[in-house]
Amino acid sequence: MTPTAQGPAPHGPAALIEVVDLERTFDVRRRVEGRRRRVRESVVAVRDLSFEVAAGEMVGYIGPNGAGKSTTIKMLTGILVPTGGHVRVGGLDPSRDRVELARRIGVVFGQRSTLWWDLPLRDSFDLLQKMYRIPPQRYRANLDRFVELLDLGDRLDTPVRQLSLGQRMRGDIAAALLHDPEVLYLDEPTIGLDVVSKSRLREFLRALNGERGTTLLLTTHDLQDIEALCDRVIVIDRGTAVYDGSLGGLHARGGSTRTLVVDLVDEAAPIDVPGATVRRIEGPRQWLSFPSDASAAPIVAAVASAYDVADLSIQEPAIEDVIRDLYSRGA
Amino acid sequence: MRHLRTYVQIAWLWIRAAWQYPASFVLLAVGNGLVTGLDFVGLWIMFAHLRDLAGFALHEVALLYGSASLALALADTAISSVERIGTYIRTGRLDQMMTKPVPLLVQVCADQFSLRRLGRLTQAGVVLAWAGTYVEWTPLRALVAVSMIASGTLVFFGLFVGFSCVQFWTTDATEFANAFTYGGATVTQYPLSIFPREVLVGLTFVVPVAFVNWYPCLYLLGRTDPFGTPDAFRFASPLAALVTVGAALLVWRTGVRHYTSTGS
Repeated sequence: MTPTAQGPAPHGPAALIEVVDLERTFDVRRRVEGRRRRVRESVVAVRDLSFEVAAGEMVGYIGPNGAGKSTTIKMLTGILVPTGGHVRVGGLDPSRDRVELARRIGVVFGQRSTLWWDLPLRDSFDLLQKMYRIPPQRYRANLDRFVELLDLGDRLDTPVRQLSLGQRMRGDIAAALLHDPEVLYLDEPTIGLDVVSKSRLREFLRALNGERGTTLLLTTHDLQDIEALCDRVIVIDRGTAVYDGSLGGLHARGGSTRTLVVDLVDEAAPIDVPGATVRRIEGPRQWLSFPSDASAAPIVAAVASAYDVADLSIQEPAIEDVIRDLYSRGA
Repeated sequence: MRHLRTYVQIAWLWIRAAWQYPASFVLLAVGNGLVTGLDFVGLWIMFAHLRDLAGFALHEVALLYGSASLALALADTAISSVERIGTYIRTGRLDQMMTKPVPLLVQVCADQFSLRRLGRLTQAGVVLAWAGTYVEWTPLRALVAVSMIASGTLVFFGLFVGFSCVQFWTTDATEFANAFTYGGATVTQYPLSIFPREVLVGLTFVVPVAFVNWYPCLYLLGRTDPFGTPDAFRFASPLAALVTVGAALLVWRTGVRHYTSTGS
């Protein structure tokens, strides 16, 4: 999956993002019944986390709330110092070289805008040009391109407060990209957006990755984002990666099943065919499940020959179910 | 210098943002000027009943008041939202700033930049100019006066930044910080000789606001210190400013480091 799969390679063509045995614990004070002073205890947010991301990859980073997603992102951007292990982004130690790293990465927090609320979009962009000291020519070229791709042309002179949520999100993403970052971290970029805005945003991110090879690390709860964008998924649960691989592999890994929905002409006893089991019956309709990697053909044939079938359909496993299954098993 | 430019660029955007609501912008500045104006009216009324305050005449107290007030207003304008650093931590705005290639302190100081102190600034300037007409100016006195304002601004700047850092450890400590910053500022509006000697020692070596105006003003007024402190103190304001700002930057760095290592 990654070019340097065998541990960290500090010299030579290393991966763009390198995470080795990363650990982060937090000291929290908790009030305990019967004790006068609060008790200090250590809470593990991230542990034994290792992965690498090569330049140009689009990686989905998913997990339930509190799994350690944002703690990881904070360590990758230098906002938090790890308590153990090692992180490198573009060869830099994020917490030590935070300001230098900032020039090379873009960060978008879905629910927090960096734009100037009361001023036209253009003003926020102009300030970023100054903060990042983007050469004027490159700035203009980038601005033109992003404005075109994100369809913001007639919005540049509109105060941000008058933009729709989708437009504002696109503005925030453009803002994070003006300085040509190598990596773009997106935290819940499609949260709260309508279907059209979501798909438009995904299209843009795909185009961005295709045109500029920008590496994308995306945390999301919307699995359609992942399906539309990411060739690779890292699932994190209770601070550690429980899956790292292709989206397709996630199905197999989850031991998931496909479902054959059979509409019989009349109500009948549970269908009994080899290789499938009945999960549910509702009048003449029955749901049979069988392993994802098994062929549906013999089962369909068996059902059709033994029963009076009005209609048949096959349901693929929902990725949500697969992941829920992974969460409950990863401990 | 580069950081100063970035600071100005960010601040300018905030001013323009505030201008989107011109009425509120003007009212804020005028209201602020009126409130601080009342401060001085209070002093005035006091002098209507007293001939002097610890041996200082009205114009002399006005010099103390004007210089401290001007330094405070300048510092307060420059740091704008440093005192709200706790809120920044809670809302995640600080995290956002940490992903930008500009030193955090520059970004925090410039954030929400506003001219709300414009009123205080003007009022302090007027009082100081009036009090200045009573000073017998010499080149050295002019130099001390200029250095007094610059150093005073830096001392307050350092105090604001330094004490705001408490919020890296415990949020909602703004009141505690205010006791030292605004408290120190209030104290400097009076001749320090009205306080016991111990207070002066504290205001010299612990929270060095005595250097904001008291010592240099003694020189401008050609007075001897009722407490008999060394004459060198009158010229030591720049040194006090340097030490205060240096200490504040150190505390700031420690605070940011604490934040990145605890995340709270």
